[in-house]
Amino acid sequence: MKAWNEKIMRGVFFIAACTSVLAVALICAFLFANGIPAMKEIGFLKFLNGTTWRPNNDIYGIFPMILGSIYVTAGAIIIGVPIGILTSVFMAKYCPKKIYPVLKGATELLAGIPSVVYGFFGLVVLVPIVRQIGRSLKEADILKSAGNGSSILTASLLLGMMILPTIIGVTESAIRAVPAHYYEGALALGATHERSIFRVVLPAAKSGVVAGVVLGVGRAIGETMAVIMVAGNQPRMPQGIFKGVRTMTANIVIEMGYAAGLHREALIATAVVLFVFILIINFCVALLNRRSQHE
Amino acid sequence: MSKKMKQKLISYKNAPLSALMAVLVLLATVATFAVLLFLIAYILINGIPHISLDLFSPNYTTDNVSLLPALFNTIIMTGLSLVIAVPFGIFSAIFLVEYAGRGNRFINVIRLTTETLSGIPSIVYGLFGMLFFVITLGWGMSILAGAFTLAIMILPLIMRTTEEALKSVPDSFREGSFGLGAGKLRTVFRIVLPSAVPGILAGVILAIGRIVGETAALIYTAGTVAEVPKNIMSSGRTLAVHMYNLASEGLHMDKAYATAVILLVVVILINMLSGWVAKKLTKGNGNGEN
Repeated sequence: MKAWNEKIMRGVFFIAACTSVLAVALICAFLFANGIPAMKEIGFLKFLNGTTWRPNNDIYGIFPMILGSIYVTAGAIIIGVPIGILTSVFMAKYCPKKIYPVLKGATELLAGIPSVVYGFFGLVVLVPIVRQIGRSLKEADILKSAGNGSSILTASLLLGMMILPTIIGVTESAIRAVPAHYYEGALALGATHERSIFRVVLPAAKSGVVAGVVLGVGRAIGETMAVIMVAGNQPRMPQGIFKGVRTMTANIVIEMGYAAGLHREALIATAVVLFVFILIINFCVALLNRRSQHE
Repeated sequence: MSKKMKQKLISYKNAPLSALMAVLVLLATVATFAVLLFLIAYILINGIPHISLDLFSPNYTTDNVSLLPALFNTIIMTGLSLVIAVPFGIFSAIFLVEYAGRGNRFINVIRLTTETLSGIPSIVYGLFGMLFFVITLGWGMSILAGAFTLAIMILPLIMRTTEEALKSVPDSFREGSFGLGAGKLRTVFRIVLPSAVPGILAGVILAIGRIVGETAALIYTAGTVAEVPKNIMSSGRTLAVHMYNLASEGLHMDKAYATAVILLVVVILINMLSGWVAKKLTKGNGNGEN
């Protein structure tokens, strides 16, 4: 009787463990099954490389959205990565023990704030600021047209904020994983605190740091609600950092509500492209993690 | 202290680049936390004056823009998603830690899929939920479809935290239990799981935080109806979806501010709770190992 119990529960645990495999399989199956036929119908190259998105005329080219996602993500990386890495250096190597729990809690809170709240903050704070900057630049004859504040720059700033906790968390644990004698050895050779950190410890933590950055890229490229609220969402080729842009994620959310037929399938195909981007990023992270474990 | 400071200043004088880096590190840190403080302060200061009684009236109308139905939906959604995801998450973690051997190939497959799941953006979950639960299974836009979608989304989080919690239970506990003649199952449920509860709880609370803040995965699965649902097969918006609708419509910005305050306060409370539970865990472990 008892042996039966054990066997049954072992089976139950095993089945539970299979759910994540099943979930991934289902997600892949449903996305690809609904997206690939649309891509075929539109034509792979036309779909990926087409620069016009006009669902009313059955023209579906998502190149502007792909570029939009890439530009916005790149902007977020430019803003978020230096600040994130420097902050994690502070957390790991400078921070007094007393205030460390406070800062750690603050980064966790930064990760926990919902993206709608970030988006709302961007809408009411960042958009007016960027609009003002655009106007003054136009008055100074640096820009041709000012834009209305919803732009690549705004989205990059907001996403840069949002990926900070990811980068800080991963980088900090990578720095902490570097053996203490690396740092001490550098100090003993007469290097300053900073020189030891930036020339010895950080290079040793390189793959962990890169994994953090790649994870941040994944967050930024997949972010939806916050970007929709500040990026302007015009489905056209990006025309400068003070102009609006639409990302792949925004494209799906904005048009899914009323899309039908091929239009709807084209949106699912957009998600397939996004999904492939994410799979590549995930693969890179897994590879980097394996490497840092071997080191 | 002042002597130490002086020494430091002298060493910086000889290494201007180091001094510059120190300043940059400090500036970056200040920037990170100033942004967080500013965000919280800005939303609280602008939102609190707009919190009024009719925000909490039991029925939603376009005049009062009540958030009470949305708050109610959020609680239902959280409960349902947890009921679905927590048993699966805990059981699969038990399988990974307690049953599967070290070199098991299957473990690697599960690890890989869990990592993949945790990297998938919420809009992709939303789209999958729409294609699978809403259309293929024919549930329509419903609380149930939303809850299942969110359950898949939080599964990797619960699995990972439970795994960590189970791993941190010392092997001597298991050996002691076996030594007293208990079977594997009894050991897992009576000895290992109870000592892992704080860790699992911290993970569950984090998952609640994600559910409360989720928008993109819910718009096309649970829908955006601003009423208290009749049953779990009818549509209903959660607080975060409510907030998104208010902000993007732009008609009730003051109400949007107030809703943001409620959402922010809920998330901060959840975060503090999780931190507190996690602290309990580390304390409990110290006692266990001594």
